[in-house]
Amino acid sequence: MSLLSIEGLTVALPKGGDRPHALRDVTLELNENEILCVVGESGSGKSMTASAVMGLLPEGVLAESGRILFEGRDLLVLPEPELRKLRGARLGMVFQEPMTALNPLRTIGSQIAEMFRVHTQLSAHERDARVLALLEQVRIPDPAAAAKAFPHELSGGQRQRAMIAMALALEPKLLICDEPTTALDVTTQAQILELIRDLQRRTGTAVLFITHDFGVVADIADRVAVMRHGEVVEQGPAAEVLNHPRHPYTRALVAAVPPLTPPAAQPLGGETVLRIEHLTKTYRKAGLFGRNRRVTHAVRDVTLSLPRGGTLGIVGESGSGKSTLARCLVRLLDPEAGSIHIDGQDRLALTKTELRRDARRIQMVFQDPYASLNPRRKVGELVAQGPMVHGTPRAEAMAQARELFELVGLDPRGLDRFPHEFSGGQRQRIGLARALAMKPEVLVADEPVSALDVSVQAQVLKLLAELRTRLGLSMVFITHDLRVAAQLCDRIAVMRQGEVVEEGATAEIFANPRHEYTRALFAAVPGQGWTPPVAFGAEEMA
Amino acid sequence: MRILLLALRRLAASLPTLLLILVGLFLLLQLAPGDTVDALMAQMGGGDPAMMEQLRSFYGLDAPVLVQLTRYLWRLVQLDLGFSAIYGKPVSSVILERLPVTLLLMGTSLSFAFAAGMALGVLAARRVNKWPDALISTLGLIFYATPSFWFGMMGVVVFAIKLSWLPAGGFEDIGAGHTGLARLADIAWHLVLPVTTLALIFLATYLRIMRASMLEVLTLDFVRTARAKGLSQTGVLLRHVLRNALLPGLTLIGLQAGTMLGGAVVVESVFNLPGLGRLAYESVVQRDLNTLLGIVFVSALLVILVNFIVDLLYAKLDPRIAAER
Amino acid sequence: MALLQRYLRSPAAVIGLVLLLLVIAMAISAPWVFPRDPLSLAGRPLQWPGANPNFWLGTDNTGRNIAAQIFHGARVSLLIGLVATAISIGIGIVVGALAGFYGGWVDDVLMRITEAFQTLPNFILLLVLVAVFGSDIQTVTIAIGLVSWPPSARLTRAEFMSLRSREFVQACRVLGMRDARIIFREILPNALPPVIVYASVIMAVAILLESSLAFLNLSDPNVPSWGNLIGAGRGVLRVQWYVSAIPGVAILLTVLAVSLVGQGLNDALNPRLKSR
Repeated sequence: MSLLSIEGLTVALPKGGDRPHALRDVTLELNENEILCVVGESGSGKSMTASAVMGLLPEGVLAESGRILFEGRDLLVLPEPELRKLRGARLGMVFQEPMTALNPLRTIGSQIAEMFRVHTQLSAHERDARVLALLEQVRIPDPAAAAKAFPHELSGGQRQRAMIAMALALEPKLLICDEPTTALDVTTQAQILELIRDLQRRTGTAVLFITHDFGVVADIADRVAVMRHGEVVEQGPAAEVLNHPRHPYTRALVAAVPPLTPPAAQPLGGETVLRIEHLTKTYRKAGLFGRNRRVTHAVRDVTLSLPRGGTLGIVGESGSGKSTLARCLVRLLDPEAGSIHIDGQDRLALTKTELRRDARRIQMVFQDPYASLNPRRKVGELVAQGPMVHGTPRAEAMAQARELFELVGLDPRGLDRFPHEFSGGQRQRIGLARALAMKPEVLVADEPVSALDVSVQAQVLKLLAELRTRLGLSMVFITHDLRVAAQLCDRIAVMRQGEVVEEGATAEIFANPRHEYTRALFAAVPGQGWTPPVAFGAEEMA
Repeated sequence: MRILLLALRRLAASLPTLLLILVGLFLLLQLAPGDTVDALMAQMGGGDPAMMEQLRSFYGLDAPVLVQLTRYLWRLVQLDLGFSAIYGKPVSSVILERLPVTLLLMGTSLSFAFAAGMALGVLAARRVNKWPDALISTLGLIFYATPSFWFGMMGVVVFAIKLSWLPAGGFEDIGAGHTGLARLADIAWHLVLPVTTLALIFLATYLRIMRASMLEVLTLDFVRTARAKGLSQTGVLLRHVLRNALLPGLTLIGLQAGTMLGGAVVVESVFNLPGLGRLAYESVVQRDLNTLLGIVFVSALLVILVNFIVDLLYAKLDPRIAAER
Repeated sequence: MALLQRYLRSPAAVIGLVLLLLVIAMAISAPWVFPRDPLSLAGRPLQWPGANPNFWLGTDNTGRNIAAQIFHGARVSLLIGLVATAISIGIGIVVGALAGFYGGWVDDVLMRITEAFQTLPNFILLLVLVAVFGSDIQTVTIAIGLVSWPPSARLTRAEFMSLRSREFVQACRVLGMRDARIIFREILPNALPPVIVYASVIMAVAILLESSLAFLNLSDPNVPSWGNLIGAGRGVLRVQWYVSAIPGVAILLTVLAVSLVGQGLNDALNPRLKSR
């Protein structure tokens, strides 16, 4: 008999929502000593499945029918006190965002010790000893200090290690991980994945692993279940599902994963459109009386150039300075040294007024499709706004907006709507249209696809590649995702702690990374051993 | 230690604010028709212009404004608040006589309002959208909408006049000549109505903020973590939600300290309490601007002091604060 | 429209709206219902409510008609509340917008001033202003507006600070828009709703401040203010307590109405918060 079996689980959403069911007839099995990955895009119900097992469904959301059998007992009919005894003790859970999942006002040690306080009779002394042992087990540097630390005093990776230590404190039979590495950098993600895999092997715990990332699935899963709109569309052994996906949705999802091999390079002229030289930006935090003064070198002596019609990828983890660099390029931030030449004009020498008048040379596409559009303006106006600010008559600007809408693949009839009526991918297209309306010579794109679901991400990437050829766009493309960079960029610059550690043609860097950090970055990309069986973008969502 | 340093730094940062207040007020009073000499003359029933001139130069009122301002600030540094022509003594001693009553009234009301507000807020949040919540929230709103002086007067009508349970006003029964504990009891007896009046108004504010912040904290991720650990509902509330939810209420004490002092003026007037507030009222009526200015200075100091204490407590409760700055 | 629907869904908000409309009706109809000067002698002093059909709320200790004073008082309270709130919100928005948008030294200077105002107990500052500038109704109204702006400045500043770093504002900058246009046409409409809701709190406080001032005899004695009437009733509290009780209820209901409407608006604007 399997450890956990979910049979025909249907979970109803409160009335008045956009759909009646969060989960429909979900059937899953998980055996001891096995990792089951549940994959899906946002709204697929994968997290809801995890919540249902823990008995932590949001208020107003009810399991309508089906059973959740854990060690032979149906969790859905178990009374709350009985369920509480299982939670934490036999069922452990790790959440996505370790910063918010930990109580900010209590030390790591006391939060882990709480597991023992709730479920065991251990003395305070024994509890402390167990906490230390656990922190050691999850390989936190200096466990004694970490136990006394508050969550904000640890790094993201360390916090997630602490969360895992907490979840494993009572050696649960089942560990549920809800996107445990999504909020982490890629190198940290690799370490945490390794830790989970390692602990799982040693303890024989069964793991229900929720993720949206096929690369992670390829690295960690024994078996895979693919979910869409609250239903399981396909499940089976990992090798089977990953390499021979049968359901069209699974095939489309797999086709949306960018492969790690760059396509053939496009020919570029020798002309340089953007030249960045010795650019430096430092943040200073002055404390009163000179205390706590902190200096962060966000961008340090960066020199790069972009050939006309080419795409320069800036790759790095959080804190590498890649976003600061992008904001310096469009002068949202003022760098204190260096130069930025576009077509021979030094942007840093311009006054504020000149800069405003000459805004069209360089434009930007932002990361967050929800925050980057003013919610109180119609989208047509948002696109026409730029040219209108610079003197284009309204009618002409609106006509242009209409054309741009078609160009980015949106229905021009939507011009009169407000941003909230569009999906994330559509909003990113609107943001792109807004930037293109200025007919920029250089387009800076700051992680434009990282907030999108993988299938939408593939579509937007395709659009960007198309526009690049059609309009001869020169682009600076900021990303943390090497897979995305491989598909779109002609050249790549790898940044760490404000410095460019390596720069060169994409194919070259992928074939032969020279810098040790670049190599570490490549080694951390999940799912390297797996090549998607369906060509990138070959099959699309129905 | 680190927390104390932090709070001291915040205290130092309020010095420019204090200076700004004093300069602003001084300039404001220059606009006032009539000065100390006019007030004195009025008190004495008039006087001849020559004598007024003499008095003016005696008080230094004939010097340029800037010189007067510098002198005034210098005197304040020495804690010399000037002389009250009406009371015939230094302003500082007039204020010191009245200060204890106000401090007692405010301190008691604040503690009561804070404690009860927090408790009721928690109760309302636990039963959100059910009848106890509706009842508590409605009562809170009514208290909030009630003018404090009217509330006090109605209290007097019911408990002092109709029921004769409590005294109608005053700080103590001086005629009875109580000493020691008996005197304390007598004062407490007299303060029941004023404290209740002042506290109920602020209780409403604390109740609302506590309810809202409890509901807010309950949606945070770490509450889900706590439940996933197998904690009971009460365990989650006590161990994880309460302390986090307390923080906004604490901030409010600092923000409301000034409002509360203002409320004390009115309540002291209703109950004839010889406090700072009543003194402020009297000095407005008698145009004793020196005293009024002194009161403003002292109440600004009081508010700064309250905020200092709140900062200390906040930093103690929230480890993130000490790290930030 | 959807906003109105969501608003009307809450019974408390509807009660508040009805009460507020009632007070407004009283204020508007006052000159027709009670055409005589409400502060003039109308009959024998201290007649209990109901004792004389001409004075359904009785007369006060100087023989003035209480009902007339309540009706005319509604005008005074609402007018003071509205004007003082407009002054306070106006100052608050300008100060908060500039401080929040520009940050740096602009923020430092403006916030020092705001702190200075917040450190002074508002009622005591009000006393000082009245002592210096006198207590006619215009002065009192302006003074109330002047002492109650800091919270709205802080609120606007917080909104601006969070919106300023939002990507859509950065996009406007990249498009080359002027600061003034970004502040007033892009950010302000997004920052306004919470400030508007907060206006109800300011209005409630303004009405209470004026009534306290009037109760202490420090407001304009020549207008029929509810606070004045409560103060006048103090002398006869022992027996004719109704003189003070009736206007107090009027203040309570008006402030309650304003608060309920504000809360209803808030819930209607943030439906997410209400539903949980």
